[in-house]
Amino acid sequence: MGAGALLLRNPRAITKMEQIFFWILAAGLLVFATAVVTLRNPVTNAVCLVVALVFQAALFVTLEATFLAAVQVIVYAGAVMVLFLFVIMLLDVRVEARGPIQWPKVVGVGVVTLAAVAGIPKMVASFPASQTALHWGQGKVTGTARDLGMLLFTSYAPLFLATGVLLLVATVGVVVLCRRDPES
Amino acid sequence: MSGGEITLGHYLALSGLLFIIGLAGVILRRSLLIVMMSLELLLNAANLALVAVGRFQGIPDPQVAVFFVITVAAAEVALGLAILVAIFRIKKTTAADQMDSLRF
Repeated sequence: MGAGALLLRNPRAITKMEQIFFWILAAGLLVFATAVVTLRNPVTNAVCLVVALVFQAALFVTLEATFLAAVQVIVYAGAVMVLFLFVIMLLDVRVEARGPIQWPKVVGVGVVTLAAVAGIPKMVASFPASQTALHWGQGKVTGTARDLGMLLFTSYAPLFLATGVLLLVATVGVVVLCRRDPES
Repeated sequence: MSGGEITLGHYLALSGLLFIIGLAGVILRRSLLIVMMSLELLLNAANLALVAVGRFQGIPDPQVAVFFVITVAAAEVALGLAILVAIFRIKKTTAADQMDSLRF
């Protein structure tokens, strides 16, 4: 038995590790999300979004949703972000020019943000179930590919098929939208 | 919250903050590309809340919902970017405040 297995038997060590992982990942996610919203070079924004999505995948792992973490990295950080970078390249977007600052919007968003930062902890605390703590390995839900597959292909099978149709329609739509007129 | 244990509330608060950041991006930024990236942040905030509630309450179904959200988000990004490219061909810009053809 390795040292890691011994460590994982110690409940206090698990609690400590849960805290360390949560605070580091949460801080990283918020910092890179803020970078996506504030920086002005589109390529930098896209790369920051990739990092934020990977942090979110790591948070999924701390929530024991391993399959979703993999899907998050492959579909979001992989496919969707490649799409974004391709469009940035295709449009040849430069660093965004500074327009006049829309003060009403900025003030409005600032007020809402301050109110939210002050109000969110209170709102969450008033929700009785928010006090539940659940340690790693104690949860009833395990998000492995097997568990999700069992749900997807039994009770959610019609929705799963509908998603396939949706993706087909989206693909056709993209082709129609991006086709140039032959006459012009 | 004895001893600073990580509870469901921590994840919900994080999800709320992420949503606020994304919302600020959608409202404040002019470039439609950045607005779409902020939309992704909004969807991710909702996903985080869903997975957290599902785990702490012992329900597996929210993870299936997140799976569908990711799929629909992929379709949404593909279509949105195609529309953006089509608009760029006509307007030569991605700034949302330049798209005022319907204004009178």
